Amino acid sequence: MNTLFKKKSSFGVSPIGAVLSYLILGFWAFLILFPLYWIAITSFKEPDAVNNGPFYIPFVDFEPSLHAWKYIFGTEGTGTITKFTNTVGVSLISTFVAVSLGTLAAYALSRYTYNPKVGTVWTFVGCMGLAIALGAMGIGWMLAIAVALVLFIISLLTLSRRVFKKSLDNGNIAFWLISQRIMPPIASVIPIYFFFQAAQNAFKDAGLEIKLIDTWFALILSYVAANLPIVVWLMRDYFDGIPKELEESAAIDGANRYVTFFQVVLPLVVPGLVATFLFVLVFAWNEYLLALFLTNANSQTMPLFVSAQNATRGPQWWYLSVLVLIMIVPVIGIAIVLERYIARGLLVGAVKG
Amino acid sequence: MSRPTFLDRIDRAAPAVFLLPAVLIVLLMSIFPLVLSIYLSMSRLRFEAGKTVLDFVGFDNYAKFLFGNEQSVLIGTLSTPTWVGWLFLAAAMAWAVYSLIRSARVEGIGGLLSNLLNTLLLFGLIYLAISTIFSQSGRPGALVVTMIYVIVGVTMQYLIGLGLAMLCTQQLKGRRFFRIVFLLPMMITPVGVGYLFRMLADTNKGPLVPFWDVIGASGFTWANLPWGARTAVMIGDIWQWTPFMFIVLVAALEAQGVEPIEAAMVDGANSWQIFWNITVPAITPASITLILIRLIEAFKIIDLPNILTNGGPGTATETMTLYAYRIWRATDIGGSAALAYLLLILVTIVATAYATFARKNLSN
Repeated sequence: MNTLFKKKSSFGVSPIGAVLSYLILGFWAFLILFPLYWIAITSFKEPDAVNNGPFYIPFVDFEPSLHAWKYIFGTEGTGTITKFTNTVGVSLISTFVAVSLGTLAAYALSRYTYNPKVGTVWTFVGCMGLAIALGAMGIGWMLAIAVALVLFIISLLTLSRRVFKKSLDNGNIAFWLISQRIMPPIASVIPIYFFFQAAQNAFKDAGLEIKLIDTWFALILSYVAANLPIVVWLMRDYFDGIPKELEESAAIDGANRYVTFFQVVLPLVVPGLVATFLFVLVFAWNEYLLALFLTNANSQTMPLFVSAQNATRGPQWWYLSVLVLIMIVPVIGIAIVLERYIARGLLVGAVKG
Repeated sequence: MSRPTFLDRIDRAAPAVFLLPAVLIVLLMSIFPLVLSIYLSMSRLRFEAGKTVLDFVGFDNYAKFLFGNEQSVLIGTLSTPTWVGWLFLAAAMAWAVYSLIRSARVEGIGGLLSNLLNTLLLFGLIYLAISTIFSQSGRPGALVVTMIYVIVGVTMQYLIGLGLAMLCTQQLKGRRFFRIVFLLPMMITPVGVGYLFRMLADTNKGPLVPFWDVIGASGFTWANLPWGARTAVMIGDIWQWTPFMFIVLVAALEAQGVEPIEAAMVDGANSWQIFWNITVPAITPASITLILIRLIEAFKIIDLPNILTNGGPGTATETMTLYAYRIWRATDIGGSAALAYLLLILVTIVATAYATFARKNLSN
């Protein structure tokens, strides 16, 4: 990559071109930084300074005050810290799980050959439909699912080899995984809520007091499912870019498939892994709709806390600004890391697909 | 052959061990909800002495939106197109006929049939957009408004993102600074972006008041004008999502080799020729995937219109997801699920049409 940059500089940029470029880049940077500046100064404004505005420069136009910061970290202190911890915990854990599972799946789809039978897929869909029909008739969800599952396994063992001929390939599986992103979250969020509620009730009937709604677990599981497709999409291209000879020679040396993957292949895709991790982390960090449905008091995340500042008296701009600022700061660190990896040309593998 | 040892068996199970966890989670958390919401979309929620009951109502919920009393909100009011509308309509008609004839000639009768449904659906959407936007007394509903946001938003994001990415891959001092700054909007929570733009767009106490005064529009209320409010939402969306296009295009531009460009320069090609004949083909594969991803994600827009305009004035800026969310809050869960399914169908039509178009016309 270094040599590439040096070569590029050999045909450099003309002075007029450079000035024009800086003008345009500067203009867009202003369009991005000015709103952020406005948020920053709003967080130091008294309500009067916001409502009688616009005031632009602290100490000149208005007297800055720490009242909003004191409110968020003092009066609301424990709540803020809980919500911040929830956001950090849920997004870190869910991203870690999504990237781990997604990377394994992406590697498998890039290297091994799968051919699931079309018939098996339809049998599964049919059994799921049956489970829902039974559940809707009032048999009890756990029983309905168990019946459908048993039926599916029986038909799989008896029918699959003889009856089902037409089969799918890796491309179909990958497309199916990725196409899950097409589903609007509003379509899945209500069933997911019902799902956790039903599971919670079923545990209760079995005498177990396990809470699911309003816990980290529910949020993490739904975020993992929502972000897995992105990981598979990004990571599969990285693995496709790695020559197969490496694994073949490792296999000749007697390494099993797990050792080969973890010790030979994985180290080669670490940059892609980091970039993917950061992408997914940002999505989880900012997620709003699922959190809105799945949390109440205990595991609320920051985006909900931000929108909660829109009180009956109208939006509390100063509190909102503080919260948006403390949500941005960690993410700026992410932007810096992400930029480093792109600058080294390491996201490249992901975009060639 | 000797009997496989325990370790051999584990080794041979690797393909399943690697793939199954992901597939199972997606099955549990995506496919199961998808199937369950078909059932929800065909039922109506009823409250009955301390509990809720779901009544099966068939396709009533869908009929309500497509033909019934919610039609004007989802689809809008149709009316005779103006002459501009007729012009667009004629162009769309010509395109539809051309694409059908072409697919019939290239792929035979089978190709024609498979293309027919897609073309008809797409033409129907275009007709809908024209007779609600470019018409005498029409009014676009949530479906058309969502499509406007998606098409204008994704186009602008791509063009701006590409321009910035080209500037940022030059040898300029401080380009790292610009790259980091340009990434920032994507990283702010959409809820925060909504409130941020509500502050900026405030014509009484926002930072742009001097600007409104200069152009003689002080006290101007964009929020009361349907197109003013829609423009505000689109500007916010473009601001937030240009970085996504930018970051991937920077990577794509840096991945292209230098040799073809140098060779072209030696042959005396100007920079426009280099851009059009070398850079564009090099970034086309990445662009196709990138636009598809953004297209799919853009249809889900909810936070920005919800916070910036609350869907108003009236329902002028309401997107399909926001609409589904609003009727969900009114405890019409069946209607909400039906609407989400209609959106799923819409996204699938548009994404398929785009993917087909890209595969046929761009990939070589």
